[in-house]
Amino acid sequence: MELTTVWFLLIAVLWTGYFLLEGFDFGVGVLMPVLAPRKAPHSDVDRRVMINSIGPVWDGNEVWLLVAGGATFAAFPEWYASLFSGFYLALLVILAALIARGVAFEFRGKIDSDRWRRNWDRAIFWGSAVPALLWGVAFANILQGVPLDARHHYTGTLLDLLNPYALLGGLTTLSVFTLHGAVFLTLKTRGHVRDQARRAIRFIAPPTVVSAASFLVITGMRFGVPWTWATTAVAALALAGGVAAALRGRDGWAFTGTAVAIVATVATLFGDLWPAVLPSSIDPAYSLTVDNAASSPYTLTVMTWVAVIFTPIVLGYQAWTYWVFRTRLTREAIVPPAPAGPTGAGAPARPAEGPRTGRAAERSRA
Amino acid sequence: MDALDLARWQFGITTVYHFIFVPLSIGLAVLVAVMQTMWFRRKDPRYLRMTKFFGKLILINFAVGVVTGIVQEFQFGMNWSEYSRFVGDVFGAPLAMEGLLAFFLESTFLGLWIFGWDKLKPAVHLACIWLLAIGTALSAYFIMAANSWMQHPVGYRINPDTGRAELTSIWKVLTNPTTLAAYPHVIFGALITAGMLIVGISAWYLHKRRDTEVFRPALRLGLIVSLAASLGVVISGDIQARLMTEQQPMKMAAAEALYDTSAPASFSLFTLGSLDGRAELWSLRVPHLLSVMATGDPDGRVEGINDVQRAYEALYGHGDYIPIVPVTYWSFRLMIGFGLLAGAVAIWGLWLTRDGRTPRSRWFTRAALAGIALPYLANTMGWIFTEMGRQPWVVHGVLKTADGVSPTVGGAEVIVSLSVFTVLYGVLAVVAGVLMVRFAKQGPPAEAETPKEDEPMPSFTY
Ligand code: HDD
Ligand code: HEM
Ligand code: HEM
Repeated sequence: MELTTVWFLLIAVLWTGYFLLEGFDFGVGVLMPVLAPRKAPHSDVDRRVMINSIGPVWDGNEVWLLVAGGATFAAFPEWYASLFSGFYLALLVILAALIARGVAFEFRGKIDSDRWRRNWDRAIFWGSAVPALLWGVAFANILQGVPLDARHHYTGTLLDLLNPYALLGGLTTLSVFTLHGAVFLTLKTRGHVRDQARRAIRFIAPPTVVSAASFLVITGMRFGVPWTWATTAVAALALAGGVAAALRGRDGWAFTGTAVAIVATVATLFGDLWPAVLPSSIDPAYSLTVDNAASSPYTLTVMTWVAVIFTPIVLGYQAWTYWVFRTRLTREAIVPPAPAGPTGAGAPARPAEGPRTGRAAERSRA
Repeated sequence: MDALDLARWQFGITTVYHFIFVPLSIGLAVLVAVMQTMWFRRKDPRYLRMTKFFGKLILINFAVGVVTGIVQEFQFGMNWSEYSRFVGDVFGAPLAMEGLLAFFLESTFLGLWIFGWDKLKPAVHLACIWLLAIGTALSAYFIMAANSWMQHPVGYRINPDTGRAELTSIWKVLTNPTTLAAYPHVIFGALITAGMLIVGISAWYLHKRRDTEVFRPALRLGLIVSLAASLGVVISGDIQARLMTEQQPMKMAAAEALYDTSAPASFSLFTLGSLDGRAELWSLRVPHLLSVMATGDPDGRVEGINDVQRAYEALYGHGDYIPIVPVTYWSFRLMIGFGLLAGAVAIWGLWLTRDGRTPRSRWFTRAALAGIALPYLANTMGWIFTEMGRQPWVVHGVLKTADGVSPTVGGAEVIVSLSVFTVLYGVLAVVAGVLMVRFAKQGPPAEAETPKEDEPMPSFTY
């Protein structure tokens, strides 16, 4: 296989990893106000259960995006340059969302005030929903092509990116990630949050199936190549199977279903795109392809060795992390049933560290 | 201001901001790993309390470092697309390696460390913080290799067909002499940053007579690290200066506002007057010092700005190759000055803590608290000097900054992004600052709460 093809595949794999993993943590963020509305009793505890279910892994998940970006820069600099400068304002919105969301996880519990938490919770919701939507918009546009001129410069505006097909793509990623997140919560929690998540799946599933199916069919009809009809079928079946499993309480199978659906969808998109990486809607001759966007063979060879050696190591320790944190979370894991110390009583939803030992003593001293 | 100036402002602001958080993450990760190792070896609960206390500060700091770093990685393509097209073949490689080798390591093992206190065996948990420390140090290496390539490009050729830079030797890029000199400098700078933070906080606690048993050893640790690291920056900085004289003579001349070639050359500590070099009213000079810094020989010849400008015109064609001299002149001095001051505070503290003494003096506490800011200022000045001293080049001698900017991104778009980042970063700075101070004041966990032998260790959760 040619190295340019290898790198096209590797970048597809990196985006797949990103959507598969960050997909569920976006979903959890979107679901926070839905599953634990502010008025509900124990709302804050439930929100903390949800955040802690992704706590140890969300940052590692986000690195898949950074590496996808870095790999694109190294392997296809023209692609990286045209795409990132062309989608300037859209990326700015994504960046702002990721910033707000990233610090919100870390900061929300650090001050014990409702207003403080409410504001960070908003950041988590919008910071999850907006990228979940915009990544779909971006990928639909990449597949559909954008106005690139002969020098591979993007000549459109932000509004060109907001066309119906792209918005359908955005709706699909948003809804699929939300469903994926709900299924993840049924798998990773027990008790109230899990019941709520299961209830939510019933409402999320129908619009998700409709938007994903229409997006996949339109994609197949407009850009499909024979073999991607197979991945399209896999995606559709996996999504339907995942929903069915979720409704019957088979959490593991449900998660497998949504995961396979995401993998197969990304495979379809990249399969339809190849050998272009950013088609030009002005003139096909201006399109960026794996050949005219690629780095030199030497760079690709070096990077291939690096990827071959280090990707398995990364996969190994990330998998180990999921294994270490495999237990389901409950409200009791966040707030111990009985206060541990004489001074620990007054703060049931104390957000900061070390809940099991009633760390309030430390505050009363300060 | 046009899109180019705005893009430069945006890059400068966002990178300097990112680098406020970076050195503390690098330095504190190592030092917290050392504390946890002490606890692991000696089972002395004071070190566990110290680990948890400073560990919390890492978490707050790290969060901001991570989110601002993402902006950095995207910004090359967004604002500097022509730069990315031109150098991506060479420059993208270390950046991608940074992601694969370092960012995964950092983020995964930070997660394991935060949430793994009660889930992992103590030795495995200890390994997690060491892997975090290794990850941050590795990421610094790769990014320094990338940055050094812009200061002193090696291991590449210009492809005559495409007119772009192409990698010819990754080994040369990763062992660029500029990288080998700048990397230790940045790491020592990171260690002073963390060391002085520990010193400032510990001195405050000792002054308040709170948790003395934790903060006296912490103070000693911070002082020793700060002093050692300030010697480290001086030695590595000296090596850098000599290399820079060779590789970027204009930068060295601009650092001293030296217009005419001199041998021997003196170094001015302070100058009043016009910095365009035409009218110097008064200056405090150390004879021969610049010669020593630049060449290692007290009578060494240092080229002046005018001569380098003439030589560059002959080499690269007509143009202005002189950076903004007042900026390079003052940032260079202030970097060194702030760094030396930090070293001085460390020496004072070591004297006050000799033979088991505990300093409680008001003046030392004040100096130590103010000292927290010194390494930050020195780091920032260092970068402003390095980056602005390289102007008008973005890749020295190869690509001008003006040719690197994205042609399709207009001024209006950059104004929008610049405003968004400025507002967002301003809010973040306030919030992170408030939280750091709050948690620094809250104190370490009480002794009674550090668990006995077999009890599970409470973890940090959100
Ligand atoms: C605590 C921070 C700190 C301190 C005390 C110093 N520096 Fe520094 N300096 C930096 C932090 C820094 C930095 C932010 O880390 C830079 C920017 C880029 C780099 O490689 O390091 C830097 C750059 C930098 C450069 C430019 C390298 C280049 O452009 O290629 C030189 C020549 C020096 N330094 C020299 C010194 C000397 C001679 C010092 C003391 C006597 C010194 N620095 C103290
Ligand atoms: C791989 C690392 C880096 C790269 C590729 C890089 C590249 C650049 C680029 C493209 C610019 C804009 C053009 C210019 O005006 O020079 C710039 C400016 C700047 N950078 Fe860096 N930089 C790097 C690291 C840093 C770091 C870590 C800092 C400090 C925290 C820093 C400080 C600055 C400053 C202050 C400017 C403004 C200079 C000016 O506009 O004249 N840089 N750099
Ligand atoms: C302009 C150039 C730079 C780029 C593109 C860049 C990119 C990034 C990115 C994407 C992250 C987030 C990683 C994560 O999610 O874990 C990050 C964090 C980090 N970067 Fe940078 N970086 C730059 C400059 C630097 C420099 C010069 C250093 C060190 C000398 C450095 C050291 C670090 C470290 C230690 C972290 C860990 C997170 C933290 O800051 O707390 N970076 N950087």
